[in-house]
Amino acid sequence: MGFRTPLFEEHTADGARIVDFAGWDMPIQYASQIEEHHAVRQSAGMFDVSHMGVVDISGEHATSFTRYLLANDVARLAGDGRALYTCLLKHDGGILDDLIVYRVSPSHYRTVVNAATQDKDVAWIREHAAAFDVRVDWRDDLAMVAVQGPQAREFAHGCLPGALADATAALKPFAATWQGDWFLGRTGYTGEDGYEIIVPADEVVAFWQGLREAGVTPAGLGARDTLRLEAGLNLYGQDMDEQTTPLECGLGWTVAMEPAEREFIGREALVAQRSRGVGARFVGLVLEGRGVLRPHQAVSDGNQEGELTSGSYSPTLGRAIGLARVPEGFGEPAAAQIRGRDIPVRIVQPPFVRQGKARIEL
Amino acid sequence: MSNIPAELKYTSSHEWIRAEEEGTVTVGITDHAQESLGDLVFVDPPAEGDSLDVGTACAVVESVKAASDIYAPISGEVVEVNERLEDEPELVNNDPYGDGWIMKVRLGADADLSGLHDADSYSDVLAEAD
Repeated sequence: MGFRTPLFEEHTADGARIVDFAGWDMPIQYASQIEEHHAVRQSAGMFDVSHMGVVDISGEHATSFTRYLLANDVARLAGDGRALYTCLLKHDGGILDDLIVYRVSPSHYRTVVNAATQDKDVAWIREHAAAFDVRVDWRDDLAMVAVQGPQAREFAHGCLPGALADATAALKPFAATWQGDWFLGRTGYTGEDGYEIIVPADEVVAFWQGLREAGVTPAGLGARDTLRLEAGLNLYGQDMDEQTTPLECGLGWTVAMEPAEREFIGREALVAQRSRGVGARFVGLVLEGRGVLRPHQAVSDGNQEGELTSGSYSPTLGRAIGLARVPEGFGEPAAAQIRGRDIPVRIVQPPFVRQGKARIEL
Repeated sequence: MSNIPAELKYTSSHEWIRAEEEGTVTVGITDHAQESLGDLVFVDPPAEGDSLDVGTACAVVESVKAASDIYAPISGEVVEVNERLEDEPELVNNDPYGDGWIMKVRLGADADLSGLHDADSYSDVLAEAD
C-alpha cells in the first residue's frame, strides 16, 4: 500500500482504477479516460492533486532567496497573488523539478511542486535556504484539487467559502487569492480555464463531494496526461529530468536571463550551453498514419534521428500526437518508427489544443 | 466482476477462443483484458493469410494508456480480420465477445485446444492475479 490522499475513499467509491504514482495510490481513471478528457474540454472535470507538494518560503529575505533559487524571476511578478511557472535547476543546469510559484507577499512565496520530486526538492531548498535565513515549511496538512474546463469556475463558485468565492470574480489567469488556509489559483495543467485549489485536508472531502454534486466530473491521472499533452505542457520525469536543461525541452522562455546581474542556480551552465549551441530542438509531432505515438519511439528524417519524450492518442483531435527532442536541422519529411514500421509524422509547434479548440491543422 | 462466458475457451494472456464451424475459431480479448487496458484507440491486426504459431505475438491493441500484444492462442492461418475495428476500436471495449472480435483462424494440423482454459479455470487465473 502506498501513500493515500484524504480523497482515496472517494475515488474507490466512484469505481476508480488505482495505480501507484511515485509511491501514492492514485486514480488513473474512473469509468472512461476518454470521457473524462472530454468532460474537461467541454464542461468541467476535477483532479485530486493532493499528492503534490506545497512548500512555503518565508522571511525577510524570501524574495532574494527565491530569485536565487528559481530560473524564472519572481521580481517579474506584478504584485501579491501573482504566479509564474519556473524550473528548479541544479548548478549544471539540469532540471530538478518544474513548479508554480505564487507571491503571497514579498516576504512569503508559495511553491507547488511535483509529487515524485518533493522529497529532493525540499532537501535542496532547505540546503540553499540556510545562507538566506528564510523559513521553509512543507505543508503536508493541505490537500489540493484542480477544477478545470470551460464551466469549471461557474461550477466551483457555489462550493467555495463565501468570501473566497467573492474574490474569484476579479481573479485574472495566473493569479491567486486566499482565505485562511484555503488558497485558490487560476492556474492548471490542461489548457483550459479553471482553478487549482489548496484546501485544509480535513475539509477536502466535503469540497470534492460538493463539486461532484455541482456537475464536475472526477477525472484521473490518465486524462490529466492526455490533456496536458494536447496543451503542449511538459511532464517532469518524461519530457525533462536532471539530465535535461530547460533549453533542451522547450522551456527556454521560462528562464529569465535578464537582468544579467541576477545570480541564480544554473545560470552559468545555461549561458555556457547557449554560447556553444544547444544542438537540439523540442517539437510537437502529429502522426499522419495509423497507430499511436509513445515515449522513446525514434523519429527520423532520413539523415538524423530524434526521440519522442511523450506520445499518446489525442481524444480531442482523434489522432496520435507527441513531443520529441530532435537534432538541430531535423526536418520533414519525417517518420516515427512504430514496431519496425516507419509511419509519417508532421512537425508542429505545440500546443495542439487550447480551450477546447484544435490549434494545429489536421 | 468481469464477464466470462461459459461456452468459450481462454488463455492465461487473456485471449478468448470460440469454436466455429469445422476447423475454424474466432479470437478476441477478454472483458478483463479490455477493462485493464482502458479505452482502445487502435487495433493492429495480422494480415489475412498470415500463419500463426501458438504463443507468439500476432496483433497489437493500443489503449490511450499503453500498447499490448495479442498472442496467438492456437496455431493456424488467419482467414479473416474484423475490419470494423479499423474505425471503431471501441467495439472491443463495448462488446469484447461479440462485435469486438479480432480475427478468425483456420486451425493448423498441429493445433491443440486441449491446453486452453475453460471458463472456470480462467476465472481461477484472474483470481490468482488479483
